[in-house]
Amino acid sequence: MATTRGFFGRRPDADTAKRLPPGQYLERGFPVLSAGPTPQVAPADWSFTLKVGPRAVKRWSWEEFGRLPQTEITRDIHCVTKWTKLDTRWRGVMIDDLLAAAGLEAPPTAFTLAHSFDGYTTNVPAADLLGGRAMVALAYDGKPIPPDHGGPARLLVPHLYFWKSAKWLSGLQFTERDEAGFWELRGYHMYGDPWREQRYTDDP
Amino acid sequence: MTARAPRRWQEARIARIAPLTPRIVQVELEAPIPAHRAGQHLDVRLTAPDGYQAQRSYSICSAPGAPRVALAIERLEDGEVSPYFHEVAEPGDTFEVRGPIGGHFVWREQDGGPLLLVAGGSGIAPLVAIARHRAATARGLPTLLVYSARTWDDLAFRDELIAMEADDPAFRIAITTTRGPKVREQDHERRLDRALTAELLAGWGGTPRHVYVCGSNGFVEAATAGLLALGVPPSHIRTERFGEAGT
Ligand SMILES: Cc1cc2nc3c(=O)[nH]c(=O)nc-3n(C[C@H](O)[C@H](O)[C@H](O)COP(=O)(O)OP(=O)(O)OC[C@H]3O[C@@H](n4cnc5c(N)ncnc54)[C@H](O)[C@@H]3O)c2cc1C
Repeated sequence: MATTRGFFGRRPDADTAKRLPPGQYLERGFPVLSAGPTPQVAPADWSFTLKVGPRAVKRWSWEEFGRLPQTEITRDIHCVTKWTKLDTRWRGVMIDDLLAAAGLEAPPTAFTLAHSFDGYTTNVPAADLLGGRAMVALAYDGKPIPPDHGGPARLLVPHLYFWKSAKWLSGLQFTERDEAGFWELRGYHMYGDPWREQRYTDDP
Repeated sequence: MTARAPRRWQEARIARIAPLTPRIVQVELEAPIPAHRAGQHLDVRLTAPDGYQAQRSYSICSAPGAPRVALAIERLEDGEVSPYFHEVAEPGDTFEVRGPIGGHFVWREQDGGPLLLVAGGSGIAPLVAIARHRAATARGLPTLLVYSARTWDDLAFRDELIAMEADDPAFRIAITTTRGPKVREQDHERRLDRALTAELLAGWGGTPRHVYVCGSNGFVEAATAGLLALGVPPSHIRTERFGEAGT
């Protein structure tokens, strides 16, 4: 690989380097990326719908959703635009608990599409949402999630690139097939594992 | 619409590098990348002697079909990659690029208009590509470019854009400077807030069908909040967020 004359780079310390997936750099702020304007979703207008195929199996209002068991997790997050942020702290409803509350013992299909209030969608295999790996986040760093970061509620699937963690989440739909979402139809990878650097459609 | 992003990194050679403003340089590349659509970006990868690499994304500011692909890179203080292009890079130097990338923040001739482009600071980069593509393929398409920067001298591509306006009455440019005086009578000297957005849209008289907003997150939030309040449907607005606040 050819070196770039005169470029030396800003090295992360060894502990940080281990936590940076290939091609990522350490970010201290919390950049915002979105395809469109930030929707303002008031709690009174908020609801969350769980669907199996076209059929809604459960719907929660903001108040009802707030009564579901909540968990706090601290995770590193990785944005496909190259930044990684370490130790971000979230509180919300684990997808395991969400399914239990809907009376589902096992995921009804192998794939899901997350839906957002602005029409955004993204696909995640059902298995990636279970086993304590994903939540519907309601708080970031001890406070309600600000609108530009996806509040009132966003999906959090921190082991995949962050576009999978849909902002302004309105529901989760189980699908028979792996259906491409918004960015997946626009050149981005169907799965999006940062450790395998699956950024774009053709990445292995 | 499935857009495929090419997987391979390609060597790019700097053909020319020149300041656009005191804080933004234009880097013109010779690189074997496929044709791009206006608004897309490239991933850039620099490699240190020990193999350490850094990647960042930069919007393509050249028009589709231009002889060379060009980037407009703003210097961020203590940044890892952008200062390299200001302090070190010279014609003949090589690094790697991958792309073009992005299937949403793009405008094609068949998308039509009326077109509203809203740029804050270095956020002009993908929008100048759109303005150039429009000038080449869609003369007469009603278009308003709202362009905010700190001062008159911080307006990259300023003279070219003003010439575009002189050349085509359907293309209008409204400039606002936030930390320095205006130069043209019709321009403004304040932040792009809801009131200024309303004033500019009323003066233009168009109802935008496609809106592209690019700048820092704070800029994009302010600009889009104004547009939404004026009744522009959110589905008509595309955003790209990068660069320093303060424009
Ligand atoms: C789709 C897309 C398109 C883009 N298009 C353009 C474009 O056309 N033009 C353009 O100029 N930019 C563009 N950007 C932004 C660009 O990718 C880079 O983010 C930008 O150039 C900053 O990179 P950097 O390496 O110079 O700074 P970074 O090293 O990323 O640092 C950014 C800032 O944070 C501070 N900082 C962060 N971490 C540390 C640390 N550990 N130590 C010290 N300081 C730190 C730095 O001081 C600096 O001011 C685009 C981004 C995206 C996602």
